[in-house]
Amino acid sequence: MVTLAYLIPLFPLLSFVILIFFGKRLGHKSAGVAIGASLLSFLSAVPLVLGAIRGQTFTHEFEWLQLGKLPLLFGILIDPLAAMMLFVVTVVGTLIIIYSVGYMHEDPRFSRFFAYLSLFMFSMLALVIARNFVMLYISWELVGLCSYLLIGFWFEKESAANACKKAFITTRVGDISFFSGLLLLYFTIGTLDLQALNHEFLHTFSHASGRLTVAGILIFGGAVGKSAQFPLHVWLPDAMEGPTPVSALIHAATMVAAGVYLVARTFGLITTFPDTLPVIATIGTITAFMAAFIGLTQTDIKRILAYSTISQLGFMIAALGLKGYTASAFHLMTHAFFKALLFLGAGSVIHGTGTQDIREMGGLWKKMPHTSFTFLIASLAIAGVPPLAGFWSKDEILVAAFEAENPIFYYVLTATAAMTAFYMFRLVFLTFFGKPRKELHVHESPAVMTVPLWLLAIGSALVGLPGSPWMNHWFQGFLEPHAAAHGAEHALNSFVMGTSVAVGLGGIFLAWLLYLAVPSLSITLGKLFRPLYLASNRKLWFDELYQATVIRAWYALSRGLNRFDAGVVDGAVNATGVGTLRVSDIKNWIDIHIVDGTVNGVGFVTRQFSSVLRLVQTGLIQNYLILSFIGVLVILFLELKK
Amino acid sequence: MIVPLEHILIFGALLFAIGIYGTLVRRNIVGILISIELILNAVNVNLIAFSRTAILDPVMGQVFVIFVITLAATAATVGLAIVLALYRIRRTIYADEINLLKW
Repeated sequence: MVTLAYLIPLFPLLSFVILIFFGKRLGHKSAGVAIGASLLSFLSAVPLVLGAIRGQTFTHEFEWLQLGKLPLLFGILIDPLAAMMLFVVTVVGTLIIIYSVGYMHEDPRFSRFFAYLSLFMFSMLALVIARNFVMLYISWELVGLCSYLLIGFWFEKESAANACKKAFITTRVGDISFFSGLLLLYFTIGTLDLQALNHEFLHTFSHASGRLTVAGILIFGGAVGKSAQFPLHVWLPDAMEGPTPVSALIHAATMVAAGVYLVARTFGLITTFPDTLPVIATIGTITAFMAAFIGLTQTDIKRILAYSTISQLGFMIAALGLKGYTASAFHLMTHAFFKALLFLGAGSVIHGTGTQDIREMGGLWKKMPHTSFTFLIASLAIAGVPPLAGFWSKDEILVAAFEAENPIFYYVLTATAAMTAFYMFRLVFLTFFGKPRKELHVHESPAVMTVPLWLLAIGSALVGLPGSPWMNHWFQGFLEPHAAAHGAEHALNSFVMGTSVAVGLGGIFLAWLLYLAVPSLSITLGKLFRPLYLASNRKLWFDELYQATVIRAWYALSRGLNRFDAGVVDGAVNATGVGTLRVSDIKNWIDIHIVDGTVNGVGFVTRQFSSVLRLVQTGLIQNYLILSFIGVLVILFLELKK
Repeated sequence: MIVPLEHILIFGALLFAIGIYGTLVRRNIVGILISIELILNAVNVNLIAFSRTAILDPVMGQVFVIFVITLAATAATVGLAIVLALYRIRRTIYADEINLLKW
């Protein structure tokens, strides 16, 4: 059965290979290949997920390379966490690929798009099932590459070309941290097997706790880059330059969640050396709050969702830092569904209206009923309205924060939840309600786009139930079978739940008041709190700050290196060249005068001798005869004289 | 009366000397060829002479002579053919006018 796990990433890989070579010939049939591969992956994942639900763990290992004395092992580890991710990636991925058929229908590089999506599915699935860090890291870089390719899919647009570079370079900062963390980990504990990261094994290295703490933080640095956490979050909003299905699949539902997944995978490491936990919790909380704050005033529909994604990822990371392992994984799953739905809904809106600016929309409810309704469900889910998915998972995180020693996390995250509800419904009210603010030729999207929307809407509504008290927190027990003992964690905390519902509804009410009931109030408030408004609208000046510090410093360094290159390196090279020329001149003189002189001298002497001797060769046959006759006579004479 | 061997040898030597002389001084290539025939015939005379006196089988010397005559005929034929070709190209059969093969 475990060999089935190898098939899961292989189908998309096969699809990628087919599409990259024959995509042009296949034309619009390419989508079928990609969808088929993705469906097959889903089908092969099903038995494994069911097995994991029954409590099985699938592992397999084989030697890939022999590096010196060390075998480099590849393998598969499907535990409950990986099973959950497999489920999310294959389901959401398949739906989004189906949706893309409608969204990308007009695109000239149609098949290329599906080739990249297949490559992404392959990399992401390999990342999920990886048993050790080597395979995980390779897949990690591959998903980064896919992200780069897909953000820059419309590379004719300069902003898209810049955005993909920005995304790649920014995440690379995190990747370097991740890689150094891996090296440190390897040289300390001598293995990169994910299964080794448990308390029993790691406690034998308690003498090296300092190094392992640093390793944990460095590995977390990788997650900071990939999951767009503060201070490396700047790439994700710009990544919205890519096609919207890409934003949904990669930059909302799956790839950015890989950072959270990584931290969850190393949870054994970070809880054994708990000095890492405050760092993770703080970064997550700062990110959640900051991104929500910026999201309040953005006007681009996809950027609002991007900041929302950053904020929700911050929630997940914070939950891990607050030891809420199951809460984080639970939120990852529910978020994947409703955020994919939000992005696909936004894509449908963009497809239907041709604009991304919510100030130009309004009143789309009547013209796009399917999109509007599903979008509303997703918004209610992310705002934390019961009984939709987001409510249960966010509640879990807030409970984890509530039980933490430092109350600040709970307050900040609750405030963030309120802001989440506010900015999401600001978006909903401005887009779908009220009166149209601009003449737009709006049309509902085709069925190939709305059907995935409805399926995801059903998912967004229901996927939270397995983790709810109504199903006795089944999901939490599934993810952490050993933790069932301390059931107190899962006890219903009615205070937290009540507050969470209250701030969610409060945020929605405020959004209704400011943007639907009394629109002038929002403008007045904007003027009243102008510095705050500006700070939020300008994204806290992060881009400007980086431009002024890191990028300028980098440019200065590059210029310095350029001068060094032009002056010293090129100088040395040129000097070598000139020196070689001089030496060659000398050699040339020697060659002409001494070597050639000798050769010519030999020739000259030979010619002088031969000029005399050749006179013998008269060409007259009788001369030769006389000479040979005389010769015979001489020999005869000499013989006879003996 | 049997002619003594010495006479025949002297006759052969004279014939040989005439042949050598002709070969070396004749300008006409046909003359040179004829002189070569004389040289060969001088040898033949010696062979015949020795075949009568030597301890070997007398047939041997006479067979050699037959061979030499045959070879002389073929050599003369080839020589005359060359002379003919030469004459067609160069319009001369004088040996001292043909000196192409020099330095």
